[in-house]
Formats: sequence, structure tokens, C-alpha cells
Amino acid sequence: MEFHRDSRSGLAPYLQIVEQVKEASRLGLITPGDQLPTVREVVTQLAVNPNTVLKAYRMLEYEGLVEGRPGRGTFVVGTLGGLPPDTYLRMSRKLLPWLREAKAAGLDDESILALVNNNLREQAQARVA
Amino acid sequence: MTGLNVLELRGLGKRYGDQWALRDCTLALPAGRVVGLVGPNGAGKTTLLQLAVGMLAPSAGEIALFGRDPREAKSVLPRIGFVAQDSPLYRTFSVADTLTLCRLLNARFDEAWARDRLGKLRIPLERKVGELSGGQRAQVALAVALGKRPEFLVLDEPVASLDPLARREFLTALMDAVAEDGISVVLSSHLLADVEHSCDYLILLMAAEVRLDGDLDDLLAAHRLLVGPRKRATAGGGIAAVVRESHSDRQSTLLVRIDGPILDPAWLVHEVDLEELVLAYMVEQHEPRLRSLPRLEANG
Repeated sequence: MEFHRDSRSGLAPYLQIVEQVKEASRLGLITPGDQLPTVREVVTQLAVNPNTVLKAYRMLEYEGLVEGRPGRGTFVVGTLGGLPPDTYLRMSRKLLPWLREAKAAGLDDESILALVNNNLREQAQARVA
Repeated sequence: MTGLNVLELRGLGKRYGDQWALRDCTLALPAGRVVGLVGPNGAGKTTLLQLAVGMLAPSAGEIALFGRDPREAKSVLPRIGFVAQDSPLYRTFSVADTLTLCRLLNARFDEAWARDRLGKLRIPLERKVGELSGGQRAQVALAVALGKRPEFLVLDEPVASLDPLARREFLTALMDAVAEDGISVVLSSHLLADVEHSCDYLILLMAAEVRLDGDLDDLLAAHRLLVGPRKRATAGGGIAAVVRESHSDRQSTLLVRIDGPILDPAWLVHEVDLEELVLAYMVEQHEPRLRSLPRLEANG
């Protein structure tokens, strides 16, 4: 896969790499067994600091999506698209009452999305820190 | 002195007449990092870099470069590479002659490696340096510095005069060298977007003093932009300190340092990027801060 710089995302460079790997996984563009670009390759693609790439790969490894194999590279071992369908259904049911409450409190769709994104980012940062 | 820091500065200062170009600078730069040195013109960036490599003598304080004073222990000099502003090179020399000169002057200079590197970048070795483009000249200066195979590379505004493509190519070459050899780098720059991508450690100099320094991601994670209905900001509830605040009739915008989640639900909480962070710390300095004004120094 190839990475790109997304200056409008407002995400730190290492989080951009994390998000791009996850998106590729969700869309089925990378599957277990695939190799991620080497640190050197990403550095050359994006002109980013190697530590940035290492940090992103470490975070993905911590989340169980990839695995670093010493001397060989970083490989996809997990998948983000393949949860059983009833998992989505169950989580969706739990979300409904909360959404109703949020609407009743006057939040519109955009505020709800902003709230969710904000919380997800806070969590992601808490995990790395 | 720990073995993990390439450079340690303690109370470092440089005075020209009664003007301090750098004052009370205490820093420890860990090895293997790419440090971005930012700050407005005249903040003392070049002075700091030249002190760090022993080109200037300090008026106060101590420098430990690989644990040694660079002006005492010349043995540390082969381990560092320094590229001054505007990549100074002999313009009437060809690229090949420049590399030969470097080999003759530096015991550690790897001429074959530098030639190979410039060849891959398709830089004509027979051409005179003065006839190269700005981007190519910067690449030659970088190859000359890296050809010493330094452990610590210091670059003063390396990309300021380059167009966006040449800048990207230069930074790619630099990051590639970092990935290959794990060298430690300090580079000063005005271009915060470049710093955000190439650096993992930040030093902000303001009016001859260090205002902010630390791991770049840690610094970003420790700050938030808060937007909400107009009110005065106070510490507490996740706010460790207010770095900068601005108030319109109905709305307040704060840049704060946090020590936990922001508890007050009135605030919309946004993450900050490097530009917002640096600008907040730069603007705050213009507010009345008497601390840095009336400090007159006695002679001697």
C-alpha cells in the first residue's frame, strides 16, 4: 500500500499512517499475510521522520492489526472488516437509546459526530501516551 | 552526563555587548532524534547552533557535546556535521573537486559514498557548484556533511531558500539518512509543516530564551484548543495552564496546557497542530510580561 499526507485531517503524522492502514484494512485492500511498506520506503514516500513510522507501526502492532517480524518487515495479521454481523447489530442497538437522548438534548448530526470523533481521538492518544 | 544525550546545555548564554543573543538555555537532546529548532528571526537560533558545535564561545554556561566541551575536545568535531545557512560552498569548484577537497580535509570523509549518493540524485559531478540549482546545491552541501559519516548533524535553515519540490527532495534525502544511519539531527526552520513531518522533538526559541521544548507528539498531546461561550479561563478541571486566550463578544477561544480530560462541558475541545501551538506560545510573549524586560546585566 501507499501512504499519503493528509494535511487537512488535523491528525499528527503518525496517526495519519495508523488511520490509512486501518482504512485499507476495513476496505479489504490489505489482508492478513500482506507486508506493509518498510520504514525506509515510507520515509522516502512521505519525507517523514523514521521515528514517526515506527511509532505508527508500534501502535498498529499494539492493537493487534500488524506484527513486526525482526529482519523481515511488518505484516498484517488482523482484520478490521471481518467481525461477525451480529456484533454490529448488537452495538447498534445499544447506540439507539443514546442517540435518541442526544437528539432530545438538542444535538444535531454534526455535533454528535464531532463528539464521537473527539472522544475516539482522546482515547487513541491516551493509549499511545 | 548520561550516554543517551548527544548534546547537553546548561545555563548557556551568549552576549554581544549588552545584548543577550541567547540566555539561560538549558537543554538535553536525546540521541537518535530529529530536533526542530523554531522561533522568529533574531530569536537566537543560529547563535544556539553555532554554540552547540563550538563555532562560538559562550559568555555563560556549559556545553557538553558527546559529553565533552566542543571548544576543548577537538576529538568530537569529526563526529559532527554542520551545514550553515544558505549551504556555503566554493562556487567555482566542480562538485567532484568539492568532494575531493572534503576528503583531503577530513580524515573520516567517505568520498566514494558521497559520489554515489549524488549520482543517485542525478547531480552532475563535473558541473561547477555555482551553476547548480538551489536544490542541487543544498543536496551537495548535505552530501558533504553526511560524507563525514557524522553521528550528529546540525543544519541551519537548510530548506528556507528552496522551492517546494526541492524542499521535499532535500527532506526525503535527510530522512533517508536518518533511517539508514540513525544519526541525530538538529535543524532550524521557519516552515512549521516541514518541521511537523520531519522532526520528532521541538525547541521553540523566543527573544533569546527557550520557551518550549520536548517530544513533539507529547507537546501536541498536552495541549488543546477550547472554544465556548465567553468566560474567563481558570486552571483546574483538566486545564493546567492557559497559554493564550482571546475573547470576542460572545465567544472565548483558549489554547491550554492540560493535565487531564477537560471536565467543563461548556468547552468544545479540539486538538492542536504544530502551527497553532507554536503561534500561541509566540503570541503570548507579546502580552505584557515584565519578567524578561528589566533584567540589566552587570559588567563582567
